[in-house]
Amino acid sequence: MIPGVFEYHRPSTLTEAAGLLTRFGDEARVLAGGHSLIPMMKLRMANPEHLVDLQDVGELKGISISGGEISIGAMVTQHELIDDKALATAVPIIREAALQIADPQVRYVGTIGGNVANGDPGNDMPGLMQCLNATYEVAGEKGTRRIAAREFYEGAYFTALADDEILSRVIFPKPDAGTGYAYEKQKRKIGDYATAAAAVMIGKAGASIAMTNLGDTPVWSTEANDALTNGDVEGAVNAAMAAINPASDNRGPAEFKKHLAGVVLRRAIERAQSRAS
Amino acid sequence: MTEATQTREDRATALKGLGTARKRVEDVRFTQGKGNYVDDIKLDGMLFGDFVRSPYAHAKVVSINADAARALPGVVAVLTAADLEPLGLHWMPTLAGDKQMVLADGKVLFQGQEVAFVIAEDRYIAADAVELVEVEYEELPVIVDPFKALDADAPVLREDIRDQMEGAHGPRRHNNHIFTWEQGDKAATEAVLAGADVVAEEMIYYHRTHPCPLETCGCVASMDKVNDKLTLYGTFQAPHAVRTVASLISGIAEHNIRVISPDIGGGFGNKVGVYPGYICSVVASIVTGKPVKWVEDRIENLTSTAFARDYWMKGKIAATKDGKITGLWCHTTADHGAFDACADPTKFPAGFMNICTGSYDIPTAYLSVDGVYTNKAPGGVAYRCSFRVTEAAYFIERMIEVLAIKLGMDAAELRRINFIRADQFPYQSALGWEYDSGNYHAAWEKAMKAVDYEGLRAEQAKRLEDFKAGKTRKLMGIGLTHFTEIVGAGPVKNCDILGLGMFDSCEIRIHPTGSAIARLGTISQGQGHATTFAQILASEIGIPADDITVEEGDTDTAPYGLGTYGSRSTPVAGAATAMAGRKIRAKAQMIAAYLLEVHDDDVEFDVDRFVVKGAPERFKTMKEIAFASYNQAIPGVEPGLEAVSYYDPPNMTYPFGAYVCVVDVDVDTGVTDIRQFYALDDCGTRINPMIIEGQVHGGLTEALAIAMGQEMAYDEIGNVKTATLMDFFWPSAWETPNYRTDWTTTPSPHHPIGAKGVGESPNVGGVPCFSNAVHDAFRPFGLTQTNMPHDHWRVWKVAHDLGLHG
Ligand SMILES: Cc1cc2nc3c(=O)[nH]c(=O)nc-3n(C[C@H](O)[C@H](O)[C@H](O)COP(=O)(O)OP(=O)(O)OC[C@H]3O[C@@H](n4cnc5c(N)ncnc54)[C@H](O)[C@@H]3O)c2cc1C
Repeated sequence: MIPGVFEYHRPSTLTEAAGLLTRFGDEARVLAGGHSLIPMMKLRMANPEHLVDLQDVGELKGISISGGEISIGAMVTQHELIDDKALATAVPIIREAALQIADPQVRYVGTIGGNVANGDPGNDMPGLMQCLNATYEVAGEKGTRRIAAREFYEGAYFTALADDEILSRVIFPKPDAGTGYAYEKQKRKIGDYATAAAAVMIGKAGASIAMTNLGDTPVWSTEANDALTNGDVEGAVNAAMAAINPASDNRGPAEFKKHLAGVVLRRAIERAQSRAS
Repeated sequence: MTEATQTREDRATALKGLGTARKRVEDVRFTQGKGNYVDDIKLDGMLFGDFVRSPYAHAKVVSINADAARALPGVVAVLTAADLEPLGLHWMPTLAGDKQMVLADGKVLFQGQEVAFVIAEDRYIAADAVELVEVEYEELPVIVDPFKALDADAPVLREDIRDQMEGAHGPRRHNNHIFTWEQGDKAATEAVLAGADVVAEEMIYYHRTHPCPLETCGCVASMDKVNDKLTLYGTFQAPHAVRTVASLISGIAEHNIRVISPDIGGGFGNKVGVYPGYICSVVASIVTGKPVKWVEDRIENLTSTAFARDYWMKGKIAATKDGKITGLWCHTTADHGAFDACADPTKFPAGFMNICTGSYDIPTAYLSVDGVYTNKAPGGVAYRCSFRVTEAAYFIERMIEVLAIKLGMDAAELRRINFIRADQFPYQSALGWEYDSGNYHAAWEKAMKAVDYEGLRAEQAKRLEDFKAGKTRKLMGIGLTHFTEIVGAGPVKNCDILGLGMFDSCEIRIHPTGSAIARLGTISQGQGHATTFAQILASEIGIPADDITVEEGDTDTAPYGLGTYGSRSTPVAGAATAMAGRKIRAKAQMIAAYLLEVHDDDVEFDVDRFVVKGAPERFKTMKEIAFASYNQAIPGVEPGLEAVSYYDPPNMTYPFGAYVCVVDVDVDTGVTDIRQFYALDDCGTRINPMIIEGQVHGGLTEALAIAMGQEMAYDEIGNVKTATLMDFFWPSAWETPNYRTDWTTTPSPHHPIGAKGVGESPNVGGVPCFSNAVHDAFRPFGLTQTNMPHDHWRVWKVAHDLGLHG
């Protein structure tokens, strides 16, 4: 449980951070809250030679809600997501989901940027960002670009982010007032990742469904969304179930997870419906 | 208040003796982060050790090349079996009469086995060097199933004892067989089974789990080559036994070894055994002449130091059609892993598994246990229980439920019919034990009343109706358990570990100003000994508990004892404490009589003083007596006030309890919600009710963990699947239900203060109670037995297989 040798860098601007990544290429990793990366380093499953700590980069902080858009800096902690009153009012599903991540200690340091950039199918935020139809702003030495969350995840730990890019902000449209929502997650204990989780929003403009830890990437299906938008719960569940591909692990065999995914999704839909107005 | 106005009650209260809910004196330092654990020990020039471990469960070690590791700056040495062999230390004896590799000698037998030991100037360099040691392995076929281990064509795991068919506990019938242990009357039991009205038969599996204490195992070895003294600090539950074993295997004279157990962050049986890390640290310190620290990490703790359980218990229980049990038969296949490193008294290779007749008057019984080698970590320790007692309690409490199903009877009533009656104590069990005292019916009735058992059953019936009508997807289960433990090992005539009798000890010194220090042969790992043993003494010698220091764990100062595990501290060392206290009191009586100028027989002890019989205004307090013992020449009495007692218990003690658990089970998700848990414990005389309650809460929470999620799981090629706390279930406050505790008091007739021990009862009784509750929820649908742990997917699977998902 002791990491290998690495060099520690602590830039104070995004440009400086991006410069370090360009310089060290795939030998460098950015460090946000460290609550996914450091365990991997202690297990020596990750052995970066250069760690670029983002905690002093001011540009990566802050939550803004303006016009119809919400923008959250990558270094905003999961605790801040829970604690921000305006955010909780505008998008209550974020708070509901963040409260189900790990435990308070982890949430005080774990960040939204780290959670969505990590690419671990167990992370809750990537699924939620599919549901919210978020966009990630990423910055490199050459400038910034935007990638849709629904196109970001390529496989377990593989994302559309290049080695020399930093995810700087998470941006998504503010849901209409009266949108029903639910984040439903089953886990074995506090501090565990989901056995199955579902994010559901039902609004006037349409419905949205995403699921977590039931495949290599977050589960988002157009068919399921369309069905739920048309009020066809059965069709939505069936379409979502066709899109999942859970693996057997200590949380249970795939057979169990497939069944559980349906139960969790139905409960999320029911709760979201009950909250929609 | 002045002494003159104090009533007798005031004086007794001021002592904080037996029965007082005294706050734990240890917590002052623990809650401020001021404990002193092994990893807090820092000595000048200290080096650090770390292990190269096997990635394979079974493989030949073809070669080890440590050149690159040795070349890393800061690396002092790399030890392999070849380096230990000339010292005869490449293998070590286990507590169970077997031997274990210290470092891989030609092959490895479980994943995580120690292969080489790297010693470096700091902990980080040691970890880097581990990566640089190149080991070439040749994989061998792996056995993880103890039944397959005994197949005729199974690969031989232990080449070192191939074809040696006489083992430490009698004949071996296969190269992977360790021992067969038999108790009771086989022929008579089989005759009862053959002629019985009803026989229920079931395989009860108690899965492999791990004590997983908060603090992992570790040590600091410091060889002082000038004075030829070895000091060994470590997480040892039995420091004196470690000293003797260290002397025997290292050849260092015992008086030149000092073993110190500092604060210990939980043991639960995990810290009883001797581990390769200790041997390697000692050798490394001797070789380098510097102190060497070794502390394992969580993964190492879970994968290589002692596990618990892994018992396959095949049971048959016979009864009349009215439910009177007439016989019990059990055959256990015990998976001991790669080496037999169980920590049991020598004559009991399956521990006290023969307590498996439980709380019931079963006239005829037979038990046999086969120990088997597999490619898993060694261990088989008593995780918060006396040797194999939780296995036994789980077995009988499941068999009672299985029988109740077969008879179509209420399980509470079935227990009532079969309890040993109060008038039968001392009770001789069919498997050889003499139960000291008990009043099971009284405890049971109190429990049934406290939880409104009839009301619960009515609610459950209503819930079942609703379930069948499609109004709910949650079933309700009621778990019952009445357990009897056997603790306080034990009488020297039949209990020893490596030939060391299992007595224990206490030495007391009263200081001139009337305060005292007591030293014991046991060692607290969180049980609060410094609090409770001072209370025993306070009541015995009339000195306030707050004025008594209790010290344990330093073999240079503490009297010899066998340590703390198996709930033996109060039954054995607690008894020694009372007996030593009585010696103090006897001498104090002579001093008091002299000071009061009366005959010895004319004074009597009164709370904190000796008074002249019939003239209570004439007295000498213990404080005055203590001072006198140091400053006056008293004819015929030696100066000073000290005593020591070595206590050989005449019998074990038999704590018992009645537990009830109510669970809601969501059949669609497998989620269980323990909504009520009632625990009545009878541990004899209650020394400190607050500590008892704390022990019960902790033990129940560990029981919850074991029953509901905790396991050491292996895949078919021997990879450990649950090596971190992400997968190995440790409940947090969130998962822990509320507990309601209660008690009856049936003192032990042979213990000086009637105390029996309680630290392990809640684990022994809790596991079957949680498990029975889950089983009970599914009883109406035909479930008789399913394996723990009852985690979500397994509970879901039960519901699924019973057709509850439509
Ligand atoms: C006990 C425990 C339980 C947990 N349970 C859950 C859970 O239930 N649900 C859940 O979602 N998570 C869980 N987590 C993970 C936790 O939420 C992490 O904090 C999160 O996954 C990563 O965020 P971080 O800020 O800690 O990132 P880090 O660990 O610092 O980084 C994670 C990865 O993302 C990269 N990265 C970080 N920030 C950026 C960025 N701005 N741009 C580009 N790359 C970046 C890093 O280089 C690294 O590869 C748990 C963690 C622990 C320790």
